[in-house]
Amino acid sequence: MSEGADAGLIVENLRTRFGSDRAGATVVDGVSFALQPGRTIALVGESGCGKSATALSLMRLIEPPGRIISGRVLLDGRDLLAMSEREMEGTRGAKIGMIFQDPLTSLNPALTIGWQISETILAHQPVSRAAAEQKAIELLRHVGVNDAERRAHDYPHHFSGGMRQRVLIAAAISCRPKVIIADEPTTALDVTVQAKILRLLRDLQQEMHASMLLITHDLGVVAAMADEVMVMYAGRIVERADVDTLFHNPGHPYTKALLACATGIEDDRGVPLEPIGGSAPDLRHPPPGCRFAPRCSAVQDLCRAQDQSLRALAGGHEVACVVVEQERADA
Amino acid sequence: MPEPLLQVESIVKSFAGRGSGGVRVKAVSDVGFTLQRGETLGLVGESGCGKSTLSRLILSLLDPDSGQVRIEGVDFTRAHDRQKRELRRRIQIVFQDALSSLNPRMTVGANIAEPMRLQGIGTAASRRAEARRLLGLVGLRDEHEERYPHEFSGGQCQRIAIARALILKPDIIVFDEAVSALDVSIRAQILRLILDIQQQFGLSYIFVSHDLGVIKRICDRVAVMYLGQIVEIGPADVVCRSPRHPYTEALLRAIPIADPRRMRVENLGLIEGDTVGAVKPDACPFENRCPKRFAPCSKDRPALTEVASGHKAACYLNSSQSEGGTP
Repeated sequence: MSEGADAGLIVENLRTRFGSDRAGATVVDGVSFALQPGRTIALVGESGCGKSATALSLMRLIEPPGRIISGRVLLDGRDLLAMSEREMEGTRGAKIGMIFQDPLTSLNPALTIGWQISETILAHQPVSRAAAEQKAIELLRHVGVNDAERRAHDYPHHFSGGMRQRVLIAAAISCRPKVIIADEPTTALDVTVQAKILRLLRDLQQEMHASMLLITHDLGVVAAMADEVMVMYAGRIVERADVDTLFHNPGHPYTKALLACATGIEDDRGVPLEPIGGSAPDLRHPPPGCRFAPRCSAVQDLCRAQDQSLRALAGGHEVACVVVEQERADA
Repeated sequence: MPEPLLQVESIVKSFAGRGSGGVRVKAVSDVGFTLQRGETLGLVGESGCGKSTLSRLILSLLDPDSGQVRIEGVDFTRAHDRQKRELRRRIQIVFQDALSSLNPRMTVGANIAEPMRLQGIGTAASRRAEARRLLGLVGLRDEHEERYPHEFSGGQCQRIAIARALILKPDIIVFDEAVSALDVSIRAQILRLILDIQQQFGLSYIFVSHDLGVIKRICDRVAVMYLGQIVEIGPADVVCRSPRHPYTEALLRAIPIADPRRMRVENLGLIEGDTVGAVKPDACPFENRCPKRFAPCSKDRPALTEVASGHKAACYLNSSQSEGGTP
């Protein structure tokens, strides 16, 4: 354990499949990454690319007929995928905290929020109900819920969207997890509320020295929060880079296309919109070779002939594109 | 100035508050603006600011407490039924959740043709032909006509909803958060389609969104709403570049820019408080959260006044006696 003790979260060749062996889809197809303590990796991609399936796989929350078919998820040197369900229950919520997009559906409408947060505490810590409830109130105060003592007795529907997200964050950090997985935590929120929640997440992460996997499709949020970025397309990571490189020297044609079609506040009217033609492949029948090839403007015969795996371009910058690799080698 | 195509004047809509004897909540409070032919007006604001209520008032899906909605001079709110039917033909809406706005038990072709049938226009065959033509126009194929909405992706459903909005040859289309739920690349495709059909048919748009990035990219003018009122209105690029209301400024500063060299989470602008809570009738609605509030803000509600040609803001900081600097 000594070596892996503060290595953070290491994911190796994670593969998750829905449906049968013959007629299914591998929605997470060989994802590997290392998330160090205190760091934030953003996982970016469009709906259906496998971002959320990756997050759920890490937590072992994939429901049948979905299943994890291979890989290792190492936390503190232990493989989560090899743990018994009982051990995993002790890890979920305690060592890994998860925040979802829709706080209303992840909270139980029939229980007070103070009760729900204390449930998480009671599940993992040897304290009394009263002590857990006291802790819940402190947590609510910590995440910026005013009048926490009274509000702990309120039900989820009494809270606004932003406040519900704060409640969920309070529950997620209640056991001071080493890893926070935040799946589109601000997507449903207004921008002014989003700004507050992002700031809160960053502050809590720094305070706990936790690592964060931030799943989002909002490139503005990525630029604001991430140290490192992974771009996912059709179940695979197609580019990995530090945040500055990703925005200023992107390699993969898909990353470039994503950056080009974003409608940011810095772009003026008249800047032409550049949609990516076509649509993402049906993962039940993925195209041969590079999965972006059918939509790629830089496509060559080579792309369809062979699978593209991530290869290093420069320090820490990896791209799964043979065309870019050749271009950069020639330059 | 030609007569505007659409003119909204001092429109007010309130709803009964919670419980008996609850105070009425003014969802839209004394809002007015105009829309010229071929123009795109953005309507931006956060949840609960009244932008959706306003769009429903414009469509006459809700009746206002007072005020007028005029299309080429005819007051929609006081029109008789036959006139209302014609006015409704001229103004159509595309919603955020396209799938739930389509009838799940009708084929795509029937969904698109339905407004024509309801208005009693054409024969079954001519309606079908028109629906098919529009299907092609929005980038779908003929064979999609016989399929059902659930077989389509979010972006495709939005294309179907746009075809349906076009079939009555309207003058105005209201897009209520029409691209908000879509992925960036699909969003760009739909925005491109929306701009193309505007060019092709000379349509006027009201584009309701909470995303100023989208608004700035496609709108001529933008109206910023806060708690039922327009607090700033003007050319979209001017409002985004040099806002004259502290709320607009706060909104802009809260938007993360997709460039880590210019914006990290530490630089995101935060504003205190939230929109929950009662509005004092004789104060600026933004007063309790405004970082620049000063004495007059709590005494009277600032009127929407012109700060530059075609640019209005409702903020005392813009009046000449208070040279506290431009917000």
